[in-house]
Amino acid sequence: MGIIINKATKAIVQGITGTQGSYHTKLMLEYGTNITAGVTPGKGGAVVAGVPVYDTVQEAVEIHAPDASIIFVPAPFAKDAALEAIENRVRTVVVVTEHLPIKDSIKIMAYAKQNNVTVIGPNTPGIITPGECKLGIMPSNVFSKGSVGVVSRSGTLTYEIASVLSQQGFGQSTCVGVGGDMVTGLNFIEALELFRCDLQTKAVVLIGEIGGNLEELTAQYIAESGYSKPVVAYVAGRFAPAEKRMGHAGAIVMGGQGSAQSKIEAFKRAGVLVAEKPSDVAKLLGKFGVF
Amino acid sequence: MKFFEYEAKQVYARFDIPIPHGVLVANKEQVKDAVAKLKQPYVVKAQVLSGGRGKAGGILFADDADEAAEATAKLLEMKISGSPVHQVLVEEKLEYVKELFLSITVDRLNRTYVVLTSEAGGVEIEETAKTTPQAIIKTLVDPQLGIRDFHAMAAAQKLGYKGSQLAELTKIIAKLYQALIDSDAELVEINPLAETSDGRFVALDARLTIDDNALFRHPDYQTKAEERKGELLPQERLALQKGLAYVKLDGNIGVIGNGAGLVMATLDLINHFGGRPANFLDLGGGATLEQIDAAIEIVNSNANVKALLINILGGLTHCDVVAKAIVETAKAVGTSKPLVVRLVGTNEKEGKKILWEAGIEALDSMEQAARQAVKVAGERTPWG
Repeated sequence: MGIIINKATKAIVQGITGTQGSYHTKLMLEYGTNITAGVTPGKGGAVVAGVPVYDTVQEAVEIHAPDASIIFVPAPFAKDAALEAIENRVRTVVVVTEHLPIKDSIKIMAYAKQNNVTVIGPNTPGIITPGECKLGIMPSNVFSKGSVGVVSRSGTLTYEIASVLSQQGFGQSTCVGVGGDMVTGLNFIEALELFRCDLQTKAVVLIGEIGGNLEELTAQYIAESGYSKPVVAYVAGRFAPAEKRMGHAGAIVMGGQGSAQSKIEAFKRAGVLVAEKPSDVAKLLGKFGVF
Repeated sequence: MKFFEYEAKQVYARFDIPIPHGVLVANKEQVKDAVAKLKQPYVVKAQVLSGGRGKAGGILFADDADEAAEATAKLLEMKISGSPVHQVLVEEKLEYVKELFLSITVDRLNRTYVVLTSEAGGVEIEETAKTTPQAIIKTLVDPQLGIRDFHAMAAAQKLGYKGSQLAELTKIIAKLYQALIDSDAELVEINPLAETSDGRFVALDARLTIDDNALFRHPDYQTKAEERKGELLPQERLALQKGLAYVKLDGNIGVIGNGAGLVMATLDLINHFGGRPANFLDLGGGATLEQIDAAIEIVNSNANVKALLINILGGLTHCDVVAKAIVETAKAVGTSKPLVVRLVGTNEKEGKKILWEAGIEALDSMEQAARQAVKVAGERTPWG
């Protein structure tokens, strides 16, 4: 179980012959992810870590019928790679690539919506359903199987929090990074909705950061929908100066909007427990009992 | 990359968006000749990238060339939000009856662009957005269609115009969107868009922010970005060259970490324990020896820094590489500043061994490390 990916997921890797693509293909295979094919235009016929490589997604889809694709293609070509996966109706597309132009991301998301495809990212560490499937670049040893769903805008901070959760006995159902850009696919609200319907998930951890107002809208959704599972949040960037990009393209307090304080207040108003420090996330989950 | 007002106006002019006649000057002596072809009176505007320029006294008025020269001299001596003024835009002052607000930017929730318009334009727009948000009309852009003329007209209509004025405003909205798309901007904004006494519309101010990730498609803007590097702090320039994300802050604990969220959380922890970070520095994923060397150099060269906190949770980043860089740099730079290192993850054992042999103890928990850094920095403060 878990959301979006599980044991049954069959994946392809776009950009499999690149340094990142081939390195992470090996790690994902070691984790047990079922990677059936790779795609690199012009490299059809090659084999990477035992995985056959095709020139086009279409060929890979005809032969292997994958449900997911993970993209390691450099930013200038990532838009086309994503559109190719979407056009071929690969149900889930994970875009690891960083530094995508906003205009490209907007095009990708519109085309994905039209074709009913879930995009995760860009600029995401990916998604992992511990013990079943990993589509991403995260270090797998910090995750363990369990019933806490994690959705985050950050990579390393997710590993930090997942690691503490695992040590304290709170395994995870699925951990998904939504990406650090201004425009991303799957967002907090959609992830929460999926976690709500997932039987394995008993509580959700939300890791937000400065920039935009999606945390505020998520808080509103939690309050208005009477969200049925406990939610604990951590928001990074309480002391970030205004008008400065803090590493992520989307992490910027602009024109008085997007501060950590505003997000924390919104969560508290919605009855979400907010952790002061990353390690407090596990403590707050403990208040809801053992699950 | 933010554009100066005059640069944004150059772009607008290419898209036939009406702007006032004006000239750019860099010293008082240029003014007299420069304004010869402009109609009096003038408005004299400091070219800086920060907002709130008008309230900071960065906009002056002049009746003739002499006054404009005086105003220019005055502005060139000013600092606005800490930025020195190097250039001044002198424009014809226009009589207007109304200030409109027109902006196109990114709507994160809907994953598209959004057109924001208001009849209440001018310097108080941010306040208006807070107190009477209904005064700002939002029109989402269908990303498949873009803004067609009928969309632009519907948006213009909501501002209450008819006839030839409606047609003119429609054209400006459609052109502004075209400017955004063609320049790969993340923000274009005209505030105010003035309705002049004779019923025309003119962009009195202009903002344009280019999406840095799209610079590869715009060689001319890339050149501009290169030129801008000259205005950066030496630390900011080195960080940019090495692909590191660096933001200077005003505390005394230098911070290096891997991952934007992790570094932000580290800054928050330092504050939580009563300390003050001197910077944000994100190595990103899989940092090389060279990048880590540069990071230590950047943080260490800030005279305010009393202690260094390095927080690594290795995934793509290898702990042994980080450890080697720390030891090497410590030797080369001879850093006298106390060092607190948190090091876990990929190749943790090898990394810790390297540090231990150099007499540096690596901690396991980032909270422990933050607390330790605050303590060490605090102890040293009285002696400088």
